[in-house]
Amino acid sequence: MQIPTVFITALPTIAQMVGANRVVRGVAITHPTGDPSLAAGDEAALRIRILERAADMLGTEVDPRTVWEVDA
Amino acid sequence: MRVVHYLNQFFAGFGAEEAAGHEPVRLEGPQGPGRAFAAAGLHVDVTIACGDDRFALDEAASLATLLAWIDEDAPDVVIAGPSFGSGRYGYACGVLAREVARRRIPVVLAMTPDSPGVLAAEGGAYIVPTGANVAAMRHTVPVMTGLALRLAAGETVGTAGDEGYLPRGLRVNVRADDDAATRAVGALVAKLGGRVTTEIAPPADRVSPPPPVPDLAHATVALVTEAGCVPQGNPDRLPTRHANVWLRYPLDGVASLSADGYETVHAGFDTTDANLDPNRLVPLDAARALVDAGRIGTLHEEFFTTSGVDTPVAVAARFGQEIAAEIRNAGVDAVILTGT
Repeated sequence: MQIPTVFITALPTIAQMVGANRVVRGVAITHPTGDPSLAAGDEAALRIRILERAADMLGTEVDPRTVWEVDA
Repeated sequence: MRVVHYLNQFFAGFGAEEAAGHEPVRLEGPQGPGRAFAAAGLHVDVTIACGDDRFALDEAASLATLLAWIDEDAPDVVIAGPSFGSGRYGYACGVLAREVARRRIPVVLAMTPDSPGVLAAEGGAYIVPTGANVAAMRHTVPVMTGLALRLAAGETVGTAGDEGYLPRGLRVNVRADDDAATRAVGALVAKLGGRVTTEIAPPADRVSPPPPVPDLAHATVALVTEAGCVPQGNPDRLPTRHANVWLRYPLDGVASLSADGYETVHAGFDTTDANLDPNRLVPLDAARALVDAGRIGTLHEEFFTTSGVDTPVAVAARFGQEIAAEIRNAGVDAVILTGT
């Protein structure tokens, strides 16, 4: 049995090289699911957008090593 | 003979993680480990360097700058590293090597065999396998020097097996003394004797994408991270690098990973921003919001963590298999994995 996994990372190229199939681009190496340059409310909203993309990807059939972007 | 040497911010002497965003620079003469090459008989004319994070996050522009310097210098050979077990540095060395090789300039690297730089180089480089840390420098520099001097002089070097560099994925036609049947029997006899040999390297491990979760609104999702996120004080002493364990912590009653309650001990990046709000590494607050909104059924009652720094691929694969077995038995339907 396979367990679908979405990988949130700021280095999607490396994720693809090691064979990750569902990849969502994170914000930065040091904070993949946050952005300290934003106001607190905006950062929380961005994090939810990232997780919504991740959730969408878990429910979507994908080709091997697919990367999705998150709208800024 | 012109020699160009690539280094990251640390080996070029600009600093550690705080300098990882350093822009590309060009320096005359050998720097840092370049002096060890000089002592071994390979004089570095020009050193080029770039911060690991800068290269990773601004790859196109960083690469263009570095390649412009190489084009200007027209070296006979390019060397990079050794990057040992460093993932980002190894990756930068590998990408640069791939592009240098396309210019028909020989390039010599050194790193652990499981470094992402090996795949990134795409067979373009002669890569000397090393141990995970700087202690391997002493053995590595003479081997790199020998290869670089001969390649710069236009000499042909032997096969990966004979010379000790990593296989480049190239198939070279050679005239064998024995026919295929004789060689196959020879390989079988060797295998029965405990010595496995092959004339063709096996492909890298690949897993096909699992089918999607049919109904995420009724699914259980687990949070997993390699970002080294642990409760404050690191009660179970998760290693900051070379971790040989993964850990799990309960999320029952935890709404959000507060800075008071959690921290990261990961030694591979500047943790300042993450420690101000650990949800930037393990997005628990947003995952809870998706549960409240009905997008996700429930969150698994624990999150899984390790610090992915200098972790051999074989160890990481084992962690993955162990965590997968745990969550499968717990009825988890899908995983959100975060990485730094």
